[in-house]
Amino acid sequence: MAERYVMSIDQGTTSTRCILFDHGGRLVSVAQREHKQHFPRPGWVEHDATEIWRNLEQIAPKALAQAGADPGQVAAVGIANQRETTVLWDRHTGIPVTRAVVWQDTRTDMVVEELARRPDAYIVEELCGLHLATYFSAPTIRWLLDHTPGLRERAERGDVLFGTMESWLIWKLTGGPEGGVHITDVTNASRTLLMNINSLSWDDTLLDFFGVPRAMLPEIRPSTQTYGVATRVMPGVRIAAALGDQQAALFGQTCFAVGEAKCTYGTGSFLLLNTGHEPIRSTHGLLTTVGYQIGDEPAVYALEGSIAITGALVQWFRDGLGLIGTAPEIETVARTVDDNGGCYIVPAFSGLFAPHWRSEARGIIVGLTSYITKGHLARAVLEATGWQTREVVDAMNADSGLNLRTLNVDGGMTANNLLMQFIADVLNVPVVRPMVAETVSLGAAYAAGLAVGYWPDLEGLRRNWHRAAQWLPAMDPELRAREYDNWQRAVERTFDWIKPHDEE
Amino acid sequence: MPGPVQSIERAAAILRLLAQGSGRLGLSEVANSLGLARGTAHGILRTLQMVGFVEQDEATGKYQLGAALLHLGTSYLDVNELRSRAINWADALASRSGEAVRIGTHLQGKLLVVHHVFRPDDTLQTLDVGMLLPMHATAMGKVLLAYDANAAAAVPEGDLEQFSRRTIRTTKELTRALSGIREVGWAADVEETTVGEASVAAPIRGYGGLVVGAMGISGPVERVCDPHNRPRPDLVTFVRDAARAVSRDLGAPRW
Repeated sequence: MAERYVMSIDQGTTSTRCILFDHGGRLVSVAQREHKQHFPRPGWVEHDATEIWRNLEQIAPKALAQAGADPGQVAAVGIANQRETTVLWDRHTGIPVTRAVVWQDTRTDMVVEELARRPDAYIVEELCGLHLATYFSAPTIRWLLDHTPGLRERAERGDVLFGTMESWLIWKLTGGPEGGVHITDVTNASRTLLMNINSLSWDDTLLDFFGVPRAMLPEIRPSTQTYGVATRVMPGVRIAAALGDQQAALFGQTCFAVGEAKCTYGTGSFLLLNTGHEPIRSTHGLLTTVGYQIGDEPAVYALEGSIAITGALVQWFRDGLGLIGTAPEIETVARTVDDNGGCYIVPAFSGLFAPHWRSEARGIIVGLTSYITKGHLARAVLEATGWQTREVVDAMNADSGLNLRTLNVDGGMTANNLLMQFIADVLNVPVVRPMVAETVSLGAAYAAGLAVGYWPDLEGLRRNWHRAAQWLPAMDPELRAREYDNWQRAVERTFDWIKPHDEE
Repeated sequence: MPGPVQSIERAAAILRLLAQGSGRLGLSEVANSLGLARGTAHGILRTLQMVGFVEQDEATGKYQLGAALLHLGTSYLDVNELRSRAINWADALASRSGEAVRIGTHLQGKLLVVHHVFRPDDTLQTLDVGMLLPMHATAMGKVLLAYDANAAAAVPEGDLEQFSRRTIRTTKELTRALSGIREVGWAADVEETTVGEASVAAPIRGYGGLVVGAMGISGPVERVCDPHNRPRPDLVTFVRDAARAVSRDLGAPRW
């Protein structure tokens, strides 16, 4: 077969990676480039979308060269991207009108608070499945329109376009001002607060609520479909898939059946559960989101449990406290003791996400006695990730009426055996790591390959999946119950720390 | 006996200089203090920087002692760090070879398994991370004995413990086997630990080429070996390539 590879582009928060996969789903070559993080004010986080585009121009040829391949041997390219990050650019020049506002940026907290006070604010969650929060795109678009002179008029005329990173890259790849395709995929659109979760189209009520002109929005497309053909960087290659990174990981883990879930352990952690063709409304603090949509088939929905701080707590242990030199050393230090010594760390650094959603909570270390060593603290750091996973899984089980039977894991922290065993112990289900840890990239590649027939069907993709490691639960049930109770009491102690008048 | 090596003498003088006073000096200050040409001083500083003994401040361009020097007495590559850095390559090796992959390091005369990737056939397998295996009877253990003087010193003289009729019996026999391993750069164990099992391993190197661990595959002898009971050349190549890729990521020079 002349078409030997599928390319994935993972446009992430800190870097952009381009990976070539072969027919067996094996990684053939990798090229990566970091981009600059701009912090112009406290709480603001920005990226330069043009820099990210230039990085792609460099790494894609590099990944091809490493494999000794030319674009003609690439069956298709799929894109996975950091979600919610907002890019606005000029349709005629192709130049971003401002820097991209990253999902971590909290500049819209006042906008969100004002919107939340409106009597009709309840419609947001009802229509789009997400609650009002700073990190979704709509408040950011609103803020940019309000704070950039003349921008609203240009947006209403359709001279300025909105997109998340996949929209921007696809528009640039397909020609930019010369015929660029302005689209978004349904998973990314589901993170804007502007898409109706049932009809999967832009919702006029939501557009009105946020004051976002329809003319600036991309067309919503399925996650796998040939959107267009690249005219630059990899001329002739079909662009055949786009997914938000967490949804791509769900796809890469081949969680295609109802009840299958994966958790990606990174700076934060995101547990997604496939709930099939019906969106399930959470009553336990989870988000209703689109998992993927294959061509013209009905969309597959997911429940998402977002945990803000997991790997970031290990980074804090390293950089903030200086107790370890590298992140993996946390396991070495934690193994110097047998248990947490009665100590618990709840990392509510900027409030708690799922399932609590308490923005006024702040982190604590409880149970300190003179017995506690840095080994116990290291245990408590890792256990915090385990217990936060347990809370989200409990919420998933309650919302979906399904009982999670296995947890598929991926991400950098899966190299930590102590943590993976602890997660199996506290969930009381097997934890499984697949052979390809780069599930975000693999998911984008799978989706693109599926769209163009490089892989025949979902079953074919499943056959590429292999178990690389498995951890089985081995904790005494009484100990598990007692420790979970301690954790929950620790969590309660983080609530109500920031008093209303402390806020700006 | 050969005379002193001038560049090492100069490097030592630079380290002494940086250890004194404020500890932050620019290139000209270093060159002038020691009466060296700027180019010479720069070359030595760059080399010291590469091995971690010297760090350069990004803003000012000044040099100071590096963190690696402070940990010289206690330093080893943390086994959890090794696993993190090797995980992608170990997965790819399992996927290509179709066999289980393990990474091991030396611990008090034994081989400690620090990473394990299942054979990619989705059968029931158990993680054996943390298990201790005999050094002289395993491919990974023999790699470490061949390249790590401290590991070799921990083997007692005389008769060696037997696990099968193919296990190496005496230290003399072992010494011969190890020199053969150093010649070819990889090791095998064909039914030396367990009847019916074979494995192939190669060294993982860190800074300066120091061997910090071994990486290998193992499986049924009829899959890992050819009809003459010799490891299949394609599998040996996969193992060596994977170990080299990890070594490159750990900062080993190309070899």
